[in-house]
Amino acid sequence: MWAFLLCLPLLLPTHALLISEITIIALFAMSLDLILGYSGIVSLGHAAFFGMGAYSAALFAKHIHPDPLLGLAVATAVTALLGAFCSLGILRGSDLTRLMVTLGVALILQELANKLDFITGGADGLQGVVMGPVLGQFEFDLMGQTAAWYALAVALCVFVLLRQVVVSSFGFSLQAIRDNALRAQAIGIPVHARLIAAYTLAAALAGMAGGLQAQTTGFASLDVFGFDRSADVLLMLVIGGTGWLWGGIIGAVVFKSLHSIISAWTPQYWTFWLGLFLVLLMLVGRARLLRPWTWGRRA
Amino acid sequence: MLTLLFDGVAYGMLLFILSIGLAVTLGLMNFINLAHGAFAMAGGYTTVLLMQHAGLPFLLCVPLAFVVTALLGALMEVTLYRRMYNKPHLDQVLFSIGLTFMAVAGVDYFVGSTQQLVQLPEFLKGRTELWDGALGMGHYRLAIIAVCAVLALVLQLLLVRTRFGAQLRAAVDNQRVAAGLGIDVNKVFLLTFALGSGLAGLGGALGAEVLGLDPIFPLKFMIYFLIVVAVGGTSGLTGPLLAALLLGIADVAGKYYIPKLGAFIVYSLMILILLWRPQGLFSRGGK
Repeated sequence: MWAFLLCLPLLLPTHALLISEITIIALFAMSLDLILGYSGIVSLGHAAFFGMGAYSAALFAKHIHPDPLLGLAVATAVTALLGAFCSLGILRGSDLTRLMVTLGVALILQELANKLDFITGGADGLQGVVMGPVLGQFEFDLMGQTAAWYALAVALCVFVLLRQVVVSSFGFSLQAIRDNALRAQAIGIPVHARLIAAYTLAAALAGMAGGLQAQTTGFASLDVFGFDRSADVLLMLVIGGTGWLWGGIIGAVVFKSLHSIISAWTPQYWTFWLGLFLVLLMLVGRARLLRPWTWGRRA
Repeated sequence: MLTLLFDGVAYGMLLFILSIGLAVTLGLMNFINLAHGAFAMAGGYTTVLLMQHAGLPFLLCVPLAFVVTALLGALMEVTLYRRMYNKPHLDQVLFSIGLTFMAVAGVDYFVGSTQQLVQLPEFLKGRTELWDGALGMGHYRLAIIAVCAVLALVLQLLLVRTRFGAQLRAAVDNQRVAAGLGIDVNKVFLLTFALGSGLAGLGGALGAEVLGLDPIFPLKFMIYFLIVVAVGGTSGLTGPLLAALLLGIADVAGKYYIPKLGAFIVYSLMILILLWRPQGLFSRGGK
């Protein structure tokens, strides 16, 4: 499967930009899956980490060193720090409190990026980011071939890593916490420490996705922190199915395809159809999305 | 200084009326309704459209906005919301975000994305200055404070003194026992949801002049409503009222004194409060 995905930029050279875009949001969706699907934390502000990664990668490339891999590592590390800090906020309280705290963090960062315009370029976005060649060999080209390969390679590494994580005892303990935190604690799982670790890891991966985005497009703007982005990635994950690594990938592909089809048809009002889709999906029940013959029955 | 305080109170009162419906849905049905702002927007647009196209006076449009949104809320409750009560929070969140997206795009399609203006009647336009301009009060804001204070009082009486209020409180405390005692919980839910939506519509109508009204209104103010509810707790009217006033004053003062930091202060304050008291500032102890 991954071999096929890696060949895609060769098979569809004209769609290389789209491929790298989808890969990046798939990576982003996978990182959300780790906290939502595996740990059961509802987050409305996951874009905070995506944006943080995008801005750190762009700033690093602009002011310190243009090497992409180094920049990506820095972006990931910075976001991991932020994630570790924010994870203290999601340990307490109910779903609503978590929702508010995650949303609040994203809004604060967006506000900061907007106001600190001498660093971030404010509402105009951060321009003039020039990336060096990947591994000193492959220059970023206009067609996006290199970008697509680069994004796919990073996503593959993360996928392999995450697959190891979710079948490790760490991954199982997260699922135990999701299903019943009290009992998980009773059988000796350090609930808080595990949640902090999971949240930090997810934040780091989201930051990596953001960094990739900034590097492949050479641009970072305020919308990386936007509420839409957090909502979109939730939707992707729900379409693809939570608690399942392929879910994020499939969701990202379906979502992006839907997006390009609907917005080609009615560019300004595509959120209406997106909303309608969400409402219907939730009424039907997301577990039954792929089983249309059960739609008529009562839940 | 006093003027700022006054504006903050007016703003807070508006926020209270706008968010009280959300507090009720959340406390009563344990339903996270992110589409609450859409009802407020419906109220605002009802007023604006009625004034522009039917030529009705402002004072008539505001109660109409309440009625229209309440009916809309009742309709939505029966057809859509009722099915979502027992779903997990994630589903509710996505469902209501979907509704909000639809409302935003729908209004954009039918009315257009420009900011709508409300023509206030003449007698609400003036401004009174007291103590050599130390306290400047816009008449409209004064009217908002008065209306909202009366509403808050009426709501409190409704909740504490009437039979409906008792049923409502019983259903909030324990839904199953309330149903066992012969209270028609579904009907109570329906009425409450309609009332909450209506109040949001009323707030949207009153606030159209102060807060501005355009299609992204539900997204722009969603966070404010949620702050009021999350900080104030859902156990009574006092919590949200105080939280709304606090938020209103903090927001107005913050934007005036430190415009560079803008909304930053409000969000940070909210996160700190939530970290300190996850159930809200004024919740019933120890839950």
